[in-house]
Formats: sequence, C-alpha cells, structure tokens
Amino acid sequence: MLDRPASRPAAGAAPLLDIRNLRIEATSYPPGEPPRTVTIVDDVSLTLEQGKVLGLIGESGAGKSTIGLSPLGYGRGGARIVGGEVRLNGRDILEEGPKGFRRLRGREVTYVAQSAAAAFNPAHKLMDQVVEATIRHGVMGRADAEKRAVALFRKLSLPDPERIGERFPHQVSGGQLQRVMTAMALCPKPDLIVFDEPTTALDVTTQIDVLAAIKEAIRDTGVAALYITHDLAVVAQVADRIMVLRHGKLVEEGDTGQVIHRPHEAYTQALVAAHDLQHQEKPPQAEPLLTVKNVTAAYGGGAVKVLKNVSVALCAGQTLAVVGESGSGKSTLARAITGLLPPQSGTVRFAGRELPARLVDRKKDDLRELQMIYQMADVAMNPRQTVGTIIGRPLEFYFGLRGAERERRVTELLEKIELNRGFANRYPAELSGGQKQRVAIARALAAKPKLIICDEVTSALDPLVANGILKLLLGLQAEEQVAYLFITHDLATVRGIADAIAVMLRGEVVRYGPKSQVLSPPFDAYTDLLLRSVPEMEQGWLEQAIAGRRMQSAGN
Amino acid sequence: MLSVKGIPAGAALGLVMTALFLFAAVFAPVIAPYGMGEIVGGVWEPASENFWLGTDNLGRDLLSRMIYGARTTILIAALATALSFGLGSVLGFLAAVVGGWLDTGLSRFVDLLMAIPTLIFGLVVLSVLPSTVLTLILVMGILDATRVYRLARAVAADINVMDFVEAAKLRGEGSGWIIFREILPNALSPLVSELGLRFIYAVLFLSALSFLGLGVQPPEADWGGMVKENKEGIVFGIPAALIPAAAISVLAISVNLVADWILNRTSSLKGGRGHA
Repeated sequence: MLDRPASRPAAGAAPLLDIRNLRIEATSYPPGEPPRTVTIVDDVSLTLEQGKVLGLIGESGAGKSTIGLSPLGYGRGGARIVGGEVRLNGRDILEEGPKGFRRLRGREVTYVAQSAAAAFNPAHKLMDQVVEATIRHGVMGRADAEKRAVALFRKLSLPDPERIGERFPHQVSGGQLQRVMTAMALCPKPDLIVFDEPTTALDVTTQIDVLAAIKEAIRDTGVAALYITHDLAVVAQVADRIMVLRHGKLVEEGDTGQVIHRPHEAYTQALVAAHDLQHQEKPPQAEPLLTVKNVTAAYGGGAVKVLKNVSVALCAGQTLAVVGESGSGKSTLARAITGLLPPQSGTVRFAGRELPARLVDRKKDDLRELQMIYQMADVAMNPRQTVGTIIGRPLEFYFGLRGAERERRVTELLEKIELNRGFANRYPAELSGGQKQRVAIARALAAKPKLIICDEVTSALDPLVANGILKLLLGLQAEEQVAYLFITHDLATVRGIADAIAVMLRGEVVRYGPKSQVLSPPFDAYTDLLLRSVPEMEQGWLEQAIAGRRMQSAGN
Repeated sequence: MLSVKGIPAGAALGLVMTALFLFAAVFAPVIAPYGMGEIVGGVWEPASENFWLGTDNLGRDLLSRMIYGARTTILIAALATALSFGLGSVLGFLAAVVGGWLDTGLSRFVDLLMAIPTLIFGLVVLSVLPSTVLTLILVMGILDATRVYRLARAVAADINVMDFVEAAKLRGEGSGWIIFREILPNALSPLVSELGLRFIYAVLFLSALSFLGLGVQPPEADWGGMVKENKEGIVFGIPAALIPAAAISVLAISVNLVADWILNRTSSLKGGRGHA
C-alpha cells in the first residue's frame, strides 16, 4: 500500500530537485514612501536527492518559506521569482507556466502548512479533504484513495484510523490535525513534500509525537522533503542535510552532524549556542514578595474550573517559572494574580499586604508595583501611539512626570532596553519583533514595579532575538531587584533564568520548588514527559525520547 | 498628511464637487445674484442671461435659491450628523467598555428606537413639535445616532479585548482615557467613512421631510422643499424641480467618493504614522 513514488525519468542520474541561482523579489509599500522592490531570496542554489530530507533553517525574514514554496511555483504575498531555475525531475518548472503548476501542485509536490487548524476547511470532513488532490489528479479512484488514506492515518499513529476521516477539523486536536495534514500530503504519492514549520505551533509534548510520525512516514514512503523551521534542535531530528539561511542568502550548508556539532560560520555558531544561558539559582528568602494561597478560579460563573487550589510563592528579586502546556492554567494564574479574573477562593498576598480580588478595588500602588508583559508585543501596544507615549504614560500616570522631566526619563528607559532616543518618535509598526518586546519591557519598568509577570514573552520570537530579551531581563533583574513570574512552555528557557519552578497540569501545580530540586530526579510522570520532550541538539535524540517516556502526551 | 499627488480621479472629482457645494453654502449672500425670497421675474421662466437656471413657481431666481438652499441643507445635515456622531460614538464606546447593565440597557433602547421606521418616527415627532431648525437637527441627530451607536459599539468591542486595552486597565486608567486615547484613535477609520455615508443620509432625510412639508418651512430655501414647490412644473415640461433633485444626488455621490477614498487610505491598522 505504501509503495515508493512512481518516479518519472531515470532516477539517480539527476537529483529530484535542483534549484539554481534562485532570486525572488517582492514589492513593499512602506508608509509615506514610494513603493520599493525588496530582494527576499538572493542567489540560492540547492539540490535534493530522492528520499532525502533537507532542513531549511533561519530566523523570520530569512526567506526559508519563500524558498520552500518555490518548487510549487508559488510566491506568497506577491513575491515573484525573477531569476534562476527550479528543476524538478529534470525539467524547469518555471517555464511551464500556470498550467504546469496545476499539474504539479498536489501531485508531484505537496505542502504541509504551519497551522493545520487554519489550513483545513472547517466545513468539510477530513477524509474528503485528504483524498481530494489524489482523486482530482487521477492518481487513483475514490475507494483506493480512501484505503490509502486510512493506511496513512495508521502509519501516522492517529487514533481510530478507520473513522477519523469522518470527523470535522474542529473535532480533532492540533497535533492530530497536523498529522492528518501530513497524510493529505502523502496521499497522492508525491516525489517531494514541503513541510513549513509543521510543529512550531504545537506544545512540546505534542511536537515530539508529530515529529516522530512525520519522520517515520518519510522513511517508509521514500519521499523527499524540504523541512522548514527556525528550531535547529527539531530539524536535527529529521534532516539529512541542513541549510542555514539569513537575509535571503545562504550562510552554510552541510550534513546535519557537521552543522550542529562543527558549524563553520559565526552565525550558525550563535544559533547552536542560543540556548546556553547560565543562571545562578538564588536561595529562597524567609518572607516572600508574592504568596498565592489555595487559589481556585473559574470561567463562566464557576462552570469551568481552570485553577484548582494553586499555591506558589515568589521572593523579591527572584524568578518563578510557571511551566505547562496550553490549557494548563498558567496564564489564568496570571489573570488571577492581576485581578482580571477574581478567584473564587484563596488569597493573593503581595509585599506584606493582601491584594483585593477584583481589579477595580485595588489601589494605584498595588497596580503600579505589579506589571505585566504580554506574549504578543504587537497587540500589547496601541498602534496609534508612539513609543514615547507608550513608555511615557505610566510615568505621567503614576508619578505625575510631565514635559522635559518625562522626556528625560523616557530616554533613560530606552537606554536601559538598549535602544537609542530616536525610537521615542516611532510607532510600534515601525519596530521589529524584538524591539517591540523591549519597548513593552520598558513600559513595565517605567512603573518601578516590584514584580513583572512575563506571559510567554519570548515564544513569538526567533531564538537569537529571544535570547537577547532573556539576557536583558536577567540584567534588569540584577539592576532593579525586580521579581519575575515567568510563564512559559519552554523548559530550555526555564533552565536559563529561573530560581524556582512550578509545573502545572490541568489547573493544578504538580511539582513546585527551587529549580535545582524540580529539575533533579526522581521525577513525577508529567515533569518527566515535559523534560524528555524538549528537543536536544543531538541526532537520534527523538528515538531515545520516545522509547524512554512513561506517559502519553495529552495531544494523542 | 494627504499628498495631493496620487489622488484617484474619482476621489479628486468628489473633492472638487464637495468643495464647490461647501463654497456655495458658506458664501451664499456674496455669490447669489438675487435675494433668496425676491420675486424677480415671471413664473417658470426658462434659463436666460439674467436667470441662469430660470425662475421658480413664484418667479424667484432658481440659481439664487439653489445657492441659499445649499446653505440650509448642508448646515442642517452637517449639524445633525455631528450630533449623531458625538452622541452615538461616545455612548457606543461607553457601552462596549463598561459592559453589563449599561450596555444591555442602552442597546435595547437603541433597538427599540430602530424598530420604528425612521421617516414615520420623524414625521410623528415633527408634526407634534414646532418645525424649527433646532428641532429638525435634534430629531435627525438622535434618530441617526442609533446607527452610529451600533457601529461604534461593534468596533469598540473588538478593540476592547486587545491586549493594549487590557494593559491600560491593569495600569488603572479610567474609562475616559480608555475611550478617547486607546479606542477612539483605532476606531477612527470605520467611523470616518461612516461619517460621509451618514451625512448623505441626513441630506436625503432632510430633503424627504421638506418634500413632505415637515422639514424646512417656506420661504426658507432648501433643496427638498424646492423640489416640492416646483414639482407641478414637470407636467408642463419645466425642469425646475429636477435641478435641486440633481444637486442632491451630485452631492451624495461626491461625498461618497471622498469617503470611500478615505476609507481605503486609512483601513490599515498597521501603520500608526498617519498616512491618510
């Protein structure tokens, strides 16, 4: 059933995919300026043999997705292929035009998108969508196609493979949907699959299952793949070769082992080292700054309990990391502490006093001393306010600073976040992702808080940028003696910054204590699963991790 | 700010026409060749050197009355629109930000007002109250505010759940700051385009009321009333009634062209740098 693809011209002689001197441009329309042409991909060449996997690695804007889509003859968002050749099975697909693309897409080359939830049509059953391309291209009839789909579902370890096709996209979990999409891509027996960050949007514990399923399916069907991601540790598990890209140009290409262990270029070395943050754990103090005691909170007037009897404490100038997958209640804990979601029972003590449950009952000083930084800096700042207003408003609001004095303090804060004073006149849309998050940090600092709640502040950022933000946060902590409640799903980050850790699962704290204690055995089953799910930059890690775990991840 | 270059032809035409109407409205006494109520010739005289558009049913100069009519019509429509926007958007934002009982109460009251056809409601109210310009503006403004309220509330409800509004609430900001500094700047583009449309509806509504005899009272000139005064002439092939009617539609189209263009230029939330 899962036979190898019927490859067309003499295989072996020419590579399956041969991209030569690819050049891709797009036109951008900067506000207030004439439109200009931007080169997204500049003179990139690559070859891919049959049955091999090539990983494309780089930060956002590196052009990796644009290159990945070129074998489909597709330019996203108005990108145009202006130079070079894309040779697939020995012919240049760019010469064939729209008709050729139509024969090619969904037949010879297929695509797995980052967000399967957004890529599936919510109005059709999964099976109809999985077999559609196969039937339309006349690869096989409906009955055979559905049989093949079921076999693929089984191969990808989906539960109830016979009947999962009967469901609608919203009736399966995110990790399962991603695997159904992989089945869809494999169904027409393509020669090449383009995986565009297929596991980036998933929880770590789910990612590992999807990764294993994808890897096995690629091996067993002998299909070639381009695997696009920004996570070097992930790509190390599936790719034979890795290409590192930056600003649309090739930085380095080599065997997976060589790239991750012996990178030649400075940029690749920085990528490999991005996780190496060192943090000396501080001992707990007698009188904690924040004490959350037996807090229970619920949405919908008590119907859905999302926090059950949660107790944690955080000392002044230290970092408490709250770890868990999505839905574990870690963000709700932040909402309960800030008063956005008044708890049903339990108390929050802060700086020696008990905080009123509801936000409206809190005094200005309670609000000032407890600041928050959000995951998406984009939406956390008013797009119609300048950076100067965004940072200056807390100064005016809490300290009554005005005019030159306020301006001076804004400049000071900008310096603290390593931006120059010119940024005060910019709007958020004119900043990069990392700069936006820095401005959000400055806004929090402006209030001179004792505690900052950081809600997944680095998860939307590229690894190197995220690393810079974490270093900045640690530096500011040493300088200002501010405590962080750091909410994250990324255990690698936690190791680098935390003093204490609380592991949450379905609204409960399952493990809590100083970092050294939480991260040393014996582990409970869930912490063990979390720890084993963090990808390590080691070939063969995936197989060991799958073999060694004691508990199934929730996404299964 | 707006650059003069790169204005599409349609928008440019709309801008020029709107400017012409506004000019006529502001400088009516200066540019009108005759007085508004002055009888200067025979009944329904055709266009001539003395009377560029001819005369009306009483022998008054039609061009002069058109110019004065522009003044009355545009003034009342503009004030009614301003009132409806002030009232509708502030209440709409407040309902979205405060929520709860205030929201429910206001929204149901607006539903109640909207359930009654506007024209009939207007007719009933105006037949009871004295037909002064102030009553007209109040009635039109309040009735139109219901539409603006619904739009403003919907737009503000979307913005109110964004993280930057939550951040402002966590900072302890009051409703005033949240409404006017956080939400209003981001809700402006849909509201501005709606402003153009609402202004046109106000012109049409006023014209309809005047045509029915409950709007602007004679001898004041306004376009709807002028259509009414001259409608008998159509039977005899006299175009006097069509000229104010044409003016109404040209104004409507011109303002719409401008409003569409403004909407296109400002619909992107991405750039705070006001490029429109």
